[in-house]
Amino acid sequence: MAQNCEFSPCLDSNEVHVLAVDDSLVDRKVIERLLRITSCKVTSVDSGRRALQYLGLHEDEGSANYNEIKVDLIITDYCMPGMTGFELLKKIKGSSTFRETPVVIMSSENVVARIDRCLEEGAKEFIVKPVKLSDVERLKSSMFGQARIQGLN
Amino acid sequence: MEIVGQLQKQFVDFSTSLNHEGFLDEQYLQLQKLQDESNPDFVCEVVSLFFDDSEKLLNNLATALQQQVVDFKQVDAHVHQFKGSSSSIGAQRVKNMCVAFRNFCEEKNLDGCLRCLQQLKHEYFLVKNKLETLFRLERQIVEAGGTVPVIG
Repeated sequence: MAQNCEFSPCLDSNEVHVLAVDDSLVDRKVIERLLRITSCKVTSVDSGRRALQYLGLHEDEGSANYNEIKVDLIITDYCMPGMTGFELLKKIKGSSTFRETPVVIMSSENVVARIDRCLEEGAKEFIVKPVKLSDVERLKSSMFGQARIQGLN
Repeated sequence: MEIVGQLQKQFVDFSTSLNHEGFLDEQYLQLQKLQDESNPDFVCEVVSLFFDDSEKLLNNLATALQQQVVDFKQVDAHVHQFKGSSSSIGAQRVKNMCVAFRNFCEEKNLDGCLRCLQQLKHEYFLVKNKLETLFRLERQIVEAGGTVPVIG
């Protein structure tokens, strides 16, 4: 599930590494595939808590980011039990290590107030589910430019 | 080969009817775009996860609605999950049933919820049956030496 690269550079520096957060197994499988097919490396977790643990931001683990986790984008579902995507967004934006990392929120509910709230809190984009290939392609090209799109046909 | 041609036509006709009758929407086609030689069973794998998830949810819904004091928030949470997963695979009629179901949850209408659960089960097993038929046709085409036509 979570991969830690401590000393060996297991990431091509050009490869975009995305942390995907979704409590739905079906949706995780789809988002993983969508991201991989657009040549992103994906780590997926099933909760906000696990996302924070992976990023080294969870209270229990202290604030030391000793694993040098490189994450280029965090994409998270909004409605999750426990910690919502919105709460996760706030914690990420409130951290010193990941506040600059773009966060994208996905939600099946196309509610303007919700979208506004997320964008105000610093979300880069809000995608209405179900997520399509064109959504991910657009996201990747707008955030990381054409140079980082590899292997798209 | 005639048999491959027949099977392929059957597949195309069946897929088209599933779309016209509202069983599967555009999102199902999106999933098919994600399947290739490196991931030849992607759609089947996602759909299998959907089947497992759905059957658990249907059981959870039945249990939740049988409680002495029904927790409609909990019922709604299950329906919300079902709505999400059915939407993700393109199971349109199931998704629409979930939308109706959520309205009854909001109204705390137990009879409405119970009726919706029955209808939801019906729609789910219908689409499950149709998807299984679709996968069976695909297998038959491949076994007969043909390739599965790409729809849409």
